[in-house]
Amino acid sequence: MDTTSPLLRVRNLTHAFGPVLACADVSFELYPGEVLGVVGESGSGKTTLLNCISARLAPTNGIVEYDLRTKGLTDIYALSEPERRLLLRTDWGVVTQNPRDGLRMDVSAGGNVGERLMAVGARHYATIRGEAEDWLQKVELDLGRIDDKPKHFSGGMQQRLQIARNLVTKPRLVFMDEPTGGLDVSVQARLLDLLRGLVRELRLSAIIVTHDLAVARLLADRLIVMKDGKVVETGLTDQVLDDPHHAYTQLLVSSVLQV
Amino acid sequence: MTDQKKDPMIRVENLSKTFVLHVQGSARLPVFTNLSLEVAAGECVALYGPSGTGKSTLLRSLYANYKPGSGHVWVRHGNDAGEHEWVDMAGAAPHRVLEVRRRTVGYVSQFLRVIPRVPSRDIVAEPLHALGVDPETARAKAEGLLARLNIPEAMWHLAPATFSGGEQQRVNIARGFAVDYPILLLDEPTASLDAGNRAVVVALIAEAKARGAAVVGIFHDDEVREEIADRVFDLSRERAAA
Repeated sequence: MDTTSPLLRVRNLTHAFGPVLACADVSFELYPGEVLGVVGESGSGKTTLLNCISARLAPTNGIVEYDLRTKGLTDIYALSEPERRLLLRTDWGVVTQNPRDGLRMDVSAGGNVGERLMAVGARHYATIRGEAEDWLQKVELDLGRIDDKPKHFSGGMQQRLQIARNLVTKPRLVFMDEPTGGLDVSVQARLLDLLRGLVRELRLSAIIVTHDLAVARLLADRLIVMKDGKVVETGLTDQVLDDPHHAYTQLLVSSVLQV
Repeated sequence: MTDQKKDPMIRVENLSKTFVLHVQGSARLPVFTNLSLEVAAGECVALYGPSGTGKSTLLRSLYANYKPGSGHVWVRHGNDAGEHEWVDMAGAAPHRVLEVRRRTVGYVSQFLRVIPRVPSRDIVAEPLHALGVDPETARAKAEGLLARLNIPEAMWHLAPATFSGGEQQRVNIARGFAVDYPILLLDEPTASLDAGNRAVVVALIAEAKARGAAVVGIFHDDEVREEIADRVFDLSRERAAA
């Protein structure tokens, strides 16, 4: 594994919504195979940061560079719109908190997965159907539901379908925004287990935004703690959670209820 | 081989650690100051001292789980080609620390951190998977350790959430010994075990020493400590010095 050159490099990223500063001067690097967690409470700028670095929201200031297979580290906002779209469809995956934003609710489960494959050029129906079936099984969805529409699925099933839809094109980097938010704990555990396995098996790099420190501990190698749009602490996940240095991180860690 | 056994594996230099509790009026809790310690291959050092003297804090600092305020924790980190380099766990970049943890430094915590839905066998085999060991070999090694630590075969495919404290601790120990780490850090590995299982753990530690591992541990049980420790490092003296 080449860990010398980063897969993604973010430098001095700032984004303001009018007078409101959502992200201020954020810099970090993500290495291949690494899972980075972004934690902080609601309104700390986590989702804005994720949207900016996943080419879905042009930042007010700063640079986001991604290691393109053909060109090496490249400013993603200097790419043309079609190039950026292609990147989002092939090399990247985006798992949103609300599956409704990431799925097509009126297209069958199989179609939701197959659509991503077709977007990268797959044309043979049997191949697409076969791959879709493979992925539904990987995310533990009943194959008998392959022709059903996700609007008739439970929240946990929708979320697993969204993951299948994103991973079918074998992306190198996946962005996830609260992937377990709004799910029952038992469903959450199943999803976390699934994500852990897939990240390792596929050697994925991922950036996961979550307010849930237990989720962060389970999935992330490294953490960024955000408060009021600023990064207040970074480090290995277990360091940040077991020996937090910043006052805000200490408050976050000490506020978690023990079960 | 005998010469190699004397090679230092850990060199702690002038390590200091103070906790600052911002949520509680910025209280400062100094734990140790300018602590130095060297541990050789094949040697077992027992951290000693009453509770609150910083034994666990030191052990966790060696694993880079805690971030010391100043000083160095040098560990001898080898690669496949038989070369080695010294990595400062107190200052290395996160991905370097992870690499050292995968290959060189193993840590057995006091309690198993249960992961929902993951069977005991996979919890034990996971560090081997992370090193790229083939699944068959990893599984065989995991099962061998679970059997040795008297975890009934019927429990291997179960997630340990519902296991007793002692059973969870044995799964945890099996996980810690899955990889033949050159450095082993043990936080009360025999705390909740009966005499039979304590003997198994003592044997595992003795085997690790025999293959040249440097071991640093906290052992509350006097008998266990006397049996496996070559040297005692008294933290209460360090505290007095601080």
